Amino acid sequence: MSTMNFHLRLWKQKSASDQGKFIEIHATEIPSECSFLEMLDIVNNRLTKEGKEPVSFASDCREGICGTCHMVINGVPQGPGRGAACQVYMRKFTNGQTITVEPFRAGAFPIVKDLVVNRSAYDRIIRSGGFITEHTGGAPDASAILIPKPVADAAMDAAACIGCGACAAACPNSSAMLFVGAKVTHLGLLPQGQGERKKRARSMVRTMQEEGFGNCSNYYACEAVCPAGVKADVISMLNREYVRGELSVAVGAID
Amino acid sequence: MSGSASSKKSCCSCSPLFSSSIGRKWIVALTGIVLVLFLIGHLLGNLSIFLGPDAMNAYAAFLKSTEELLWVVRIVLLTCVVLHIWFTITLWHENKRARPQKYAVKNELGTTVYARLMRISGLTVLAFVLYHLAQFTWQSFNPEYKTWVDAQGRHDVYRMVVTAFSCPFVSGFYLIAVGLLGMHLSHGIASLFQTLGLSNQKLRPVLERGGLILAWILFVGFASIPASVLLGLVKVTSGLPSCPVCH
Ligand code: HEM
Ligand code: SF4
Ligand code: FES
Repeated sequence: MSTMNFHLRLWKQKSASDQGKFIEIHATEIPSECSFLEMLDIVNNRLTKEGKEPVSFASDCREGICGTCHMVINGVPQGPGRGAACQVYMRKFTNGQTITVEPFRAGAFPIVKDLVVNRSAYDRIIRSGGFITEHTGGAPDASAILIPKPVADAAMDAAACIGCGACAAACPNSSAMLFVGAKVTHLGLLPQGQGERKKRARSMVRTMQEEGFGNCSNYYACEAVCPAGVKADVISMLNREYVRGELSVAVGAID
Repeated sequence: MSGSASSKKSCCSCSPLFSSSIGRKWIVALTGIVLVLFLIGHLLGNLSIFLGPDAMNAYAAFLKSTEELLWVVRIVLLTCVVLHIWFTITLWHENKRARPQKYAVKNELGTTVYARLMRISGLTVLAFVLYHLAQFTWQSFNPEYKTWVDAQGRHDVYRMVVTAFSCPFVSGFYLIAVGLLGMHLSHGIASLFQTLGLSNQKLRPVLERGGLILAWILFVGFASIPASVLLGLVKVTSGLPSCPVCH
């Protein structure tokens, strides 16, 4: 098992109101098979042994599906390559490389501590429209509602979003349009999502603005980092869905 | 963090189409379309300079003869310019606020230089448009332009343009400004389709290529006029044009 050395610059910040700064760490003898988060675990264990405070970061599943991990590695939210930060491996870096790790930077994601930000703003956007109304009770027959394959595929592509926040972190305007677009596309394409369709885009976009996310300038930085491979098509669809919803209200349409 | 870090005061009497993030982007895109269509028409008209003084002066006299229509066009264009700029500035202001702290390591993920320079290119185009109007429409720098008439008694627009462009500073500024216009539209044309919800994975490369081509056709077209004057390809036959600015 080969090992590697890295020069790390890790962001330390006590709380949202604190002025943060980078700490420099020479991380030696890191197994090249480590994931990025395992490397941080090793560094943190060493810091703890030295009686120093470890660097806080968030993670849960560590298999790229929960969207909990979030950090910016060398300027790239969720790090190099497809996948969340937990899917980055040290062998992708070169021995001796300087690696800078910063928290997501978006006014709507306030810093909790070090690399951890509060992404509840995305939860509040979901609460304002990212749902469908459905009977509880026995699971319906999977083929009871027929959905054409291309529609199901497009909805599934959008449903791949894990809500990680990298889109707003990557966007120069801290816009959440890829995330909101993913939800509006996913639910808006499927028959089960029609009930709330016109309201959904309007209220999610309103919440997005109230939370302080920026506006889309069609930079496509979100698409370049999205670990779930969500495409900016969903933003195009959101732009359509939103105006359709507002126009219906403006002309007094029933739904 | 409280859920209502409110940033948007919605004007209660009008639809969110005029205050929301996406509504305002639509207005920027729709006014952008009007401005691009105007540019295409304006260029086609201006190219009459290559047909000689008679063609250009006749074209100018024709425009002037449609006084009422001309005013409708002017008012529509002015409205579009004001809306376009007003909404981009408010959007821009919010975008800056949304990212209070910059990253230590910059990474220009996915974005193009044209997209990042939209504000600079837009504002230069605005400054240019004002200069351009002052020069040729209001003729405020050289009031004598007003008195120039050709043999048929029409305003000698041809002579005015050739005289003005024979100054390398004036021509140079025009070339730079239309270059920045080309950059603005290199992002803007494809971008507006995305904003209006008319783009997807399959169309995007086509729209981006097409937008780029149209943007730089407009650049070459507009740039060809001052360039041809500077190179002596287009000149006045009677009397040497002395440069009105630097003499
Ligand atoms: C001949 C004049 C102009 C034309 C033809 C034009 C055209 C366009 C077009 C087509 C777009 C794309 C709209 C979209 O993505 O939805 C755009 C965007 C933009 N324009 Fe202009 N524009 C002009 C003048 C200006 C001026 C004077 C400014 C000055 C501030 C400006 C600033 C912007 C900005 C900042 C954007 C990006 C908006 C965003 O993505 O949020 N433009 N323009
Ligand atoms: S769209 Fe992609 S980048 Fe944005 S929250 Fe979802 S998974 Fe993360
Ligand atoms: S920890 Fe679950 S996606 Fe990274």
